[in-house]
Amino acid sequence: MHQTFDAAIELNLLHANQDGANHNRDRFDRWGITCLNIMSSPGAGKTVLLEKTLAALQDKLSMAVIEGDMTTELDADRLRQYNVPVIPINTGRSCHLDSKMVAGGIHTLEHQCNPETIDLVLVENVGNLVCPAEFEVGEHAKVALLSVTEGEDKPLKYPVMFQEADCLLITKIDLAPYLDIDIERIISNVRQMNPNVAIFTVSAKTEVGLDLWFNWLLNQVNK
Amino acid sequence: MHETDMTKALILTIKDWAESQPQPSQIEKVHLVVGKFTCVEPVSLQFAFEVQTRNTFLEGVELVIKDIPLIAFCHGCQEEYRPEIGLQYSCPDCHSPMEDIRSGRELKIDHIEYSIKNVGAVREPPLLTNN
Repeated sequence: MHQTFDAAIELNLLHANQDGANHNRDRFDRWGITCLNIMSSPGAGKTVLLEKTLAALQDKLSMAVIEGDMTTELDADRLRQYNVPVIPINTGRSCHLDSKMVAGGIHTLEHQCNPETIDLVLVENVGNLVCPAEFEVGEHAKVALLSVTEGEDKPLKYPVMFQEADCLLITKIDLAPYLDIDIERIISNVRQMNPNVAIFTVSAKTEVGLDLWFNWLLNQVNK
Repeated sequence: MHETDMTKALILTIKDWAESQPQPSQIEKVHLVVGKFTCVEPVSLQFAFEVQTRNTFLEGVELVIKDIPLIAFCHGCQEEYRPEIGLQYSCPDCHSPMEDIRSGRELKIDHIEYSIKNVGAVREPPLLTNN
């Protein structure tokens, strides 16, 4: 006799990652830490944005960085110059950080400093517009970067990332005069799917627009 | 290839379920529900599942993926609409932004079809003790 049964599972495919992310967030909350997940395609300017942020806000905030990098510590080395704890996580062949990797980063952070003295943890995700959008790591807000050289259509093509973002930085705007790029179009493409996202146009090179980003960051920490 | 990681998570969930069953069960089909507005490509998921289950208790198990369309609700028009992924997300009639997603973000292990292994063998012991 062959009888088939049905068992309802009704579990999110990413439930283990989600549980881990909630656990990380609980730990951050207990220490009074705000955590931001910073995501973009490779080369949009995440690391230089972090450099400028660490330099500008070091008197106002106590910060730490969890740095996702596929194979190297090149980015981590750049950020260590700012005398903040920088925890590198080599993701190997994985194209995104997940909550388990970040839990490992938090563990290392606990051994390097007293987490109760930290106000802000900046998680620099692996450069990728697809995967990181689906894997929460325990952040309180998501920050996406899009450089003007990437084109206006990227928010339409990679909608999950831009729909989930709480803040969007349009970077490298010092290059805009040399490109056929319509910044208003980028903004309207993002607003189509995410009308409430905070959008700042910045250049880390000329530092234009960065003050608005710093204010947004300070507001997140003081929430 | 984040589908590889997702498949690992899927296999672990199925394994936990199988181990929690009072009787050894033969899994036949695993049903997933995957929304169109996710970063998951069903073909990659199928491929990863086939490769990762080779030589395991799940070898040959069929993965059935149900695609769920992206449906948004426009509060201005009081109507549902289907945004065109990659092209247009705002309401086609009044152009209000897509704010209320009604479906398309699902990533769910929905249900498992299985049969009980060795039904006869399981039933026999009580009969023997009764005798």
